[in-house]
Parts: sequence; structure tokens; C-alpha cells
Amino acid sequence: MSAATEQIDDILKKSYDAGFVTDIEQEYAPPGLSEEIVAFISNKKQEPEWLLEWRLKAYRRWLEMKEPTWAKVSYPEIDYQDMCYYAAPKTNEDAPKSLDEVDPELLATYEKLGIPLHEREILAGVAVDAVFDSVSVATTFREKLSEVGVIFMPFSEAVREHPELIRKYLGSVVPISDNFFSALNSAVFSDGSVVYIPKGVRCPMELSTYFRINAANTGQFERTLIVADEGSYVSYLEGCTAPMRDENQLHAAVVELVAHKDAQIKYSTVQNWYPGDENGKGGIFNFVTKRGLCEGARSKISWTQVETGSAITWKYPSCILKGDDSVGEFYSVALSNHRQQADTGTKMIHLGKNTKSTIISKGISAGHGRQTYRGGVKISRGATNARNYTQCDSLLIGDKCAAHTVPYVDVRNSSSKLEHEATTSRIGEDQLFYCRQRGLSEEDAVSLIVNGFAKQVLKELPMEFAVEAQKLLGVSLEGAVG
Amino acid sequence: MLKIEDLHVEVDGKPILKGIDLEVGVGQVHALMGPNGSGKSTLAYVLAGRDGYEVTKGRVLYMGKDLLEMPPELRAAEGVFLGFQYPVAIPGVSNIYFLKAALNAIRKHRGEEPLDAIDFMKLSKEKAALVELPDELTKRAVNDGFSGGEKKRNEIFQMALLEPSLAVLDETDSGLDIDALKVVARGVNTLRGPERSMLIITHYQRLLDYIVPDVVHVLIDGRIVRTGDKDLAKQLEAKGYAEVQDAQQL
Repeated sequence: MSAATEQIDDILKKSYDAGFVTDIEQEYAPPGLSEEIVAFISNKKQEPEWLLEWRLKAYRRWLEMKEPTWAKVSYPEIDYQDMCYYAAPKTNEDAPKSLDEVDPELLATYEKLGIPLHEREILAGVAVDAVFDSVSVATTFREKLSEVGVIFMPFSEAVREHPELIRKYLGSVVPISDNFFSALNSAVFSDGSVVYIPKGVRCPMELSTYFRINAANTGQFERTLIVADEGSYVSYLEGCTAPMRDENQLHAAVVELVAHKDAQIKYSTVQNWYPGDENGKGGIFNFVTKRGLCEGARSKISWTQVETGSAITWKYPSCILKGDDSVGEFYSVALSNHRQQADTGTKMIHLGKNTKSTIISKGISAGHGRQTYRGGVKISRGATNARNYTQCDSLLIGDKCAAHTVPYVDVRNSSSKLEHEATTSRIGEDQLFYCRQRGLSEEDAVSLIVNGFAKQVLKELPMEFAVEAQKLLGVSLEGAVG
Repeated sequence: MLKIEDLHVEVDGKPILKGIDLEVGVGQVHALMGPNGSGKSTLAYVLAGRDGYEVTKGRVLYMGKDLLEMPPELRAAEGVFLGFQYPVAIPGVSNIYFLKAALNAIRKHRGEEPLDAIDFMKLSKEKAALVELPDELTKRAVNDGFSGGEKKRNEIFQMALLEPSLAVLDETDSGLDIDALKVVARGVNTLRGPERSMLIITHYQRLLDYIVPDVVHVLIDGRIVRTGDKDLAKQLEAKGYAEVQDAQQL
């Protein structure tokens, strides 16, 4: 079969999928959560028996668990029986037909972010052409990836095509009962991405959910699994950098990473869900569990995140450094403006010998924003010569915001070395005036100063992402001063 | 170029400037001298538009326009430059990046095309040489970890790049050793021109040995008590401010 026919075939297959979506769209689950609903979701996705059992087990555990209250965030009680756990994907009829039908405010933001016109259509969920285009984009990439044996597909598809992979790794890093939100996710997860990089393969491109159709519309409970086999390398980009208006309130995702011997995973996130309005009305509650296992010797996992959205962020991308000489890294910029609250950080769990971890956290609070860095470094008994370096910097804009730093350290091996540095500073009137005296507007000045503050983290992002993240920081802070 | 008329300024309700009249002609260099607390820096900040300084009376015309009506960035775009006494650091933002943003903001105001990175680098190299600012400093974060002398040289470097019509230099000589002082003075002198006016604020006559002013003003307790030529500065150095003030009061 020629490449062209193959591509056409893929498109045809896709339109079959679309037909499938249209089909289920007519059905919906009533609000509430029960074993029946869990079974309904599993059935809709035509899942095997073992996965249904797994979901049900998670559901039963979840029933026994309590929502955590230790984070420094406050929000109205979530009624879990009042939510829908299976909403049909948005249909093309509902989607705007062209950019003319999209909220102009949203378009203005895209404009400021410098997102190309074509991408704006995808982000805004414009139907027809955009989707068709991205189908071909997605399939082109897929072909290139399959040549080197890389698996990159939606979760539900991976369950059908690579059940052994899913069975082996699902829940292996974040167990069902890890926490309240991960248990909930395990019971009702809708879809997500699966990546497998074979032995010795350096993934030939940055993998991005951006290229995947429907990625922008994946529901509240997505699940990502990335496995890097021995000696492989992958860089994965998550999220889109444009704001999404989403009527869903709760977002509880789970991400699991496994790095085998000499493998390296770089996971970058730019999160910009709807943060709510100035008065804290609306916005996404983002309760996410992300964890990576450095399973083999000399493996390495790096988390880089730029968190500017959501009303509530509860997120601690962590590393379990099991293999000897393995390395964990966490680079984070979190921004809270208006009434946003972020409680975020990382856990570095050192199990193997000569394991190393680096934590660089930059928190920015403006308006009435609240910002907490919560980090844990654990050096277990066997982790001889473990090293950790932690740096937490907070930047305050205005006098109504707050920043907190809560580092936990637990050391059980006396040969380890840990360093912790923390600073809190304020954007000074003198800095702003200096910039303005040189001709920069107040908004540009704030954006410049904030980007300077976040530079250490931004430089860890892949190039295209870094540019957008930079602009995003500026846009998110609009109206923060003056 | 600059015309200050009966300017009264208060800070936190306390009068600092008590009726300043000052006119700087096109291409002129004026020196403003005076003891600590006389209001020199206040005048500099008021001209640049810093918050916290309340003008209670008087007006300031810059090229015939009401300067006090403009926000700071507009004044900058219109060609007013303030060389800071204490330049602040902006960690993580490279000098070059900062100045490119500033220059292009000003160019935009003038209706000019922004400079691209290559042209800007060329311009920056040329101007850095003027104040003998090492290349390495132009790439470091703005004033971050700079020595006192480096900060002042950086101010002159910025002035050279932004090419203002009116430069107010607030104690650019303070904290400089004699060699650095000469370098800064040389930079300022090359920027003197028929189109550019300068107001140089200083405590000491020393700087004026290298930058020879057209006019010297003495500011004491919020008022200009004497105006003269460069010899007035020498007189001050010999007799001190107190005597000059006493002479004024007789």
C-alpha cells in the first residue's frame, strides 16, 4: 500500500471514529457516581473485563477515602454526586463554524499570545476544516513515529491495541488508592495518552498532546502513561497555552511515568485552564497527581511546569528515584492572580544510591492570589550519597497576595547532602519606574520583570513552548498593577 | 527645550521644592548643585514622572508641551532620559534584551520600524565602546551584581543608545573613582550636541572639571538661590554652600 493510500485509509478510519463519537453522543450518563456509572463508562469504551474490575476496585476504595484538607486552598465543597462523569464529546453542530463565532475576548488573548491563525481555530474548537487538517497532521506524525517503534495513541485505543502494556504499567506508579483524587480518576477516567519508547530509541520529535485531535476536548479525568524503555529518550509536551472556557469545574488527572535503565523522560506542562474571573467566580479546580518512577540505574525524569491557570491548583509532580545514580528534576513557575490559589510543589523520594534531585520553584502572586510551595525530600536508608538541591523563590505583586513555603525534609541516611534556598521579593515600585523611564509601558514592565524572575525555569522548556509561556505570563498578569 | 515655572512639589505633605524657575535651552548643559536634602533628586524624579511627588503649583514645559501631564513612559518616548542615582537591578533580564525592548518602544512611538536583533547588536557594540562597557556587562542581567561604577557607566551606555533630547543625570558622579569619572565624563561629552540638552545634578565641582556646563544653578532648601556660569561652581567648591547662601541673603 502506498503512503497516500495509507493516509487516506487513516482518514477514513478517523471518520469512522468520528461516527462512533456521534453515536455515543446521544447517550449520556445521569449525574452522580455509582458502580453502574463506572460500568457504563467502561462499557462505552468497550473495555476488557480486567479494566472494568480495576475501575470498580478504584471506585470502592474511593468511597472509603476522604477528600484531603491539608493543602492551603479553600473552595466550596464539591458535590461528587452532582457531577456528570460521562459527558458526550462536544459535537460539531455545537462547535463554532468559524472564528467569527468565537468569543472575541478569547480571540484577543490568542492574538496577544501570537498563536498562528490556523492553530487558533483548533484551540477555539472550530469544527470541520481545522479538525480535518489536524487529522492529516496527526497521521503524518504517527507514521514517522511507528517507523522507530514508538507508540503514541489515545488511552482507549492503547487498551485495545496494546493491552499487555497497559496491564503491566497502569497504576504501577500511582496506585489506585494513592489519594482521593487519583482513586476517583482511576474509577472514571475518560481518556488520555499512552506513550511507549522502545529500547535505545531517541524519540525523533517532541510529543505533544497538541497534535492529537480532541486533545483540547479531553474530559476532566484524563490519564497519561509514558514508558521509556532502556536507553531511550522522550520529550513530552502537555496542554495548550491558550485559555479554555470550560463549564466543568473539577479536573482530576493522573500522569504516570516509568523510566527504565539509562532512559530519560522530559515532561513539560503549560497549564492555562480558565482561572475564574476577577472576583473568583468560576474557574477550574485542578487536582492532579503526577509521578515518575526512575526504575532503572542512571535513569532521569524532569518535570517542567508553567501553571498560570485554574482557580485552584493542587499538584505535586514527583519522582521516585529507585535506580542507582538516577536523577529527578522539578522546575516550576506558578502564577496566581486575582483570586487564584495554587498549592504546588514536588516530592523527591531517594531510594537508590548516588541519586540526585534538583527542585527549582518560582511562585508569583498578584491581586488576591495565594501561592504555596509544598515540597518533600525523602532520603531513605539505602540512598547512600544522595543529593538534593532546592530553591524556592516567591515574587509578590501588590499588597493583597500571599506566598507560603512548606518544605518537608526526611533524611534517613547520613551520607546525603541537602541544600535549601528560599527568597521572597516584591516587584518594586523602583523597578517599574526604572523600566517606564526607559520607555516601557507598565504592563510590559511587569511582564519583563516576571519573565526575568522565571527565567531559570523557562529555559528548561522546549523553544516554542518557552516563547508562548513567556507571553502567557504577561497576559495572565494583565491588570495586576495600577 | 525645558522650561520650569514656579514649581512647587510636596512629598507626603511636606514641601520640598518651593518655587523653581529654570530654563534649559536647546543644546545647553546646565549643572544643578546643592547640599544634601536641598531637593535635587526630587526635581529629577518630578521631571521623569515618578509617583509620590505632588506638584502643588507651577508647570513644566518640554518642547512646548506640558510635561507633567504625561505618564513616565511617554516622557521617555518623547526623549526625556533620567540617569538614576541608584539604578535598580532587574534579575534574569539581560541588559541587551531590556534595552532592545526600550529602544523599540521608543521607536514605535516615533513611528519608526523596530530594530532587529542584528542591527541592535551592532548599535549596542558601538555605544558600549563609547563608555568602555565590557561586552560581558551588556549581556548580564540589568544592573544585577554590578559594581557602583559599572552601574553608572551602564546608565550612560543606555543614554547613548536611547539618544534622548533631554538628559537629566542625577549624581552620576557619586561613588565613582577618578578613572571611572573620566570615562563617564568622556561618554557624556561625546553625547553633547546642538540638539541635546542636559541637566547634570551633582554635589561636587569635580565632575564639572570634565563636563564643562554652560550654566550653573545652586539649589538650597527647595529654591534656586544662585545662577551663574562655570565659575560659580568653582566658587562653591572654595567657599561651601553655606557661604553662598549667606551671600544670597544679604
